[in-house]
Amino acid sequence: MTTTPAPAATREALGPALVRLQQNGADIVVVDADLGKSTSARTFRDAYPERFFTFGVAEQNMISAAGGLSTMGHVVVASTFAVFAEHAFDQLRMSVAQPKLNVKIVASHGGVSTGEDGASAQSVEDYALFSSLVNFTVCVPADVVEAEAMVAAAVATPGPWYIRTGRPKIPVIYTDGPRFQVGKADMLRDGTDVTIVACGLLVERSLRAAEALERSGISARVLNMGTIRPLDVEALTAAARDTGAIVVAEEHLTHSGLGAMCAQAIAASTQPVPMEFVGVQNRYGESATWDEVLEIMGLTAEGVEAAVRKVVARKR
Amino acid sequence: MVAGAGTDLRALTKRVRRHVVEMVYGAQSGHIGGSMSSTEILAVLYGRIMRHDPQRPDWPERDRFVMSKGHCTPVQYATLAENGYFPVEELSTFRKKGSRLQGHSVLGKPQGVENSAGALGMGLSFGLGIRLGMRLNNIDAHVYVLMGDGEQDEGQVWEAAMAAAHHNVDRLVAIIDRNGIQNDDFTRETMRTEPLDEKYRAFGWEVRAGIDGHDLDAVEAALAWARDVRGKPALVIFDTVKGKGVSFMENNPGFHGAAPNAEQFARAMEELA
Repeated sequence: MTTTPAPAATREALGPALVRLQQNGADIVVVDADLGKSTSARTFRDAYPERFFTFGVAEQNMISAAGGLSTMGHVVVASTFAVFAEHAFDQLRMSVAQPKLNVKIVASHGGVSTGEDGASAQSVEDYALFSSLVNFTVCVPADVVEAEAMVAAAVATPGPWYIRTGRPKIPVIYTDGPRFQVGKADMLRDGTDVTIVACGLLVERSLRAAEALERSGISARVLNMGTIRPLDVEALTAAARDTGAIVVAEEHLTHSGLGAMCAQAIAASTQPVPMEFVGVQNRYGESATWDEVLEIMGLTAEGVEAAVRKVVARKR
Repeated sequence: MVAGAGTDLRALTKRVRRHVVEMVYGAQSGHIGGSMSSTEILAVLYGRIMRHDPQRPDWPERDRFVMSKGHCTPVQYATLAENGYFPVEELSTFRKKGSRLQGHSVLGKPQGVENSAGALGMGLSFGLGIRLGMRLNNIDAHVYVLMGDGEQDEGQVWEAAMAAAHHNVDRLVAIIDRNGIQNDDFTRETMRTEPLDEKYRAFGWEVRAGIDGHDLDAVEAALAWARDVRGKPALVIFDTVKGKGVSFMENNPGFHGAAPNAEQFARAMEELA
């Protein structure tokens, strides 16, 4: 009998993954803005202090310096919180995205599940910003196993990447190991009536919603859209064709996040279908425990279930 | 090697200024004033100070020039062309459709342009990153970063100044072209940034200021001093004249980003003959 692995935060993957990759011959340099304990980047500093540079609480300088560092052949990993990565948007644009440099931003405390810290610390727009930058690959892991696979893929692939990790400990989905492929959705469950497209901690919640829906006779496909950009348009159009309705679930503003991007892809496809969007609805967050904030925002299995019922009704 | 070691820099700066005026007139856009104030600085860097080879623009051990005041591409392209990085004839394509010579610096366009710029304040950070990367690779090359004085308004510049000193980065040379004018007005009217020398010293830099940025010998002596500073980053502040070389452009805020008309162009070329 296999034991269920303990819940883990996706942010915990970064430091250990980088150490392992460096041990296996990667040429990694980490730049940090005084949050290395929380992002787990300090694990890398402990192993490779000469390859770890702190820039203090100065994200703009850190990001432009990361661009410069990468021109000397290093894979540069910049670590901070998602909201503070946003602080350096112009630097990300001019010093990383436009010159297409080999810089990976791995930002933790993404989404509203930062909880008690409140609105200022809750990034509801981070991957909209990163997805707006040309040349960026943008990923959101569904669990700690996938987070580690995404870090490895980012280090192995030249070019700018953004990976958003999270603060709370969440259930492990990939108990048999990662299945992450960049730009590919992972079908975790097939279904015929509706497709739930999710990323981050909404993936596990969507799986629970799908189980509940099954009991009332609605068959839901669940896609883990771990790569936000480039979006797996093929999997989306197949979902529209096969199931005729789509719900997108994410821990981000719906008007600028994965939902908006999926809607654009579906609208441009040969078979537009009804869609519903579970996410942060045009508002900022507030202080509460992380679980409570998700509940306030409706980012729960029940919230996904309700959206599915709504979209299925629209099919008829 | 230092490319162009035997070049007559006085003659070269004259050609560069003519290129600058022709490029901006040809494109009917671009930045003459700040290009003319930086002309001697770039001429000395590429002709006397930097270790570089136009035949091997990707040589890992080369010194890097980072253009932080990325609007001053006319002087950057003209200097690169005069040093053999690409044909001088290509300068006439500046800012035109299909040209490599973009309005503001774009990394790799052409080779020899080491950073993308145009939004001010990022070059010192980018240069700091390059130098940290060199240090990790045991490459003893230098990084020279050219900034404007108006650019000192940007907070990121001071983040970079702090971090360079904190990490004991040497062979990082910052240069300020203090021409006293920024986009809208004189810098002293726009934002009081002085005393720059004392500020950088307080941030942990070795500083030389009050140097005539149009006196080739003075420019060379100051940059050679900065190149040889060890244990700390070094800064040279050059006093320059915006629009230097053309009487009606000199010290005139109107020629920050405006192109000359036909009559002004003819007069300018006459003065630069």
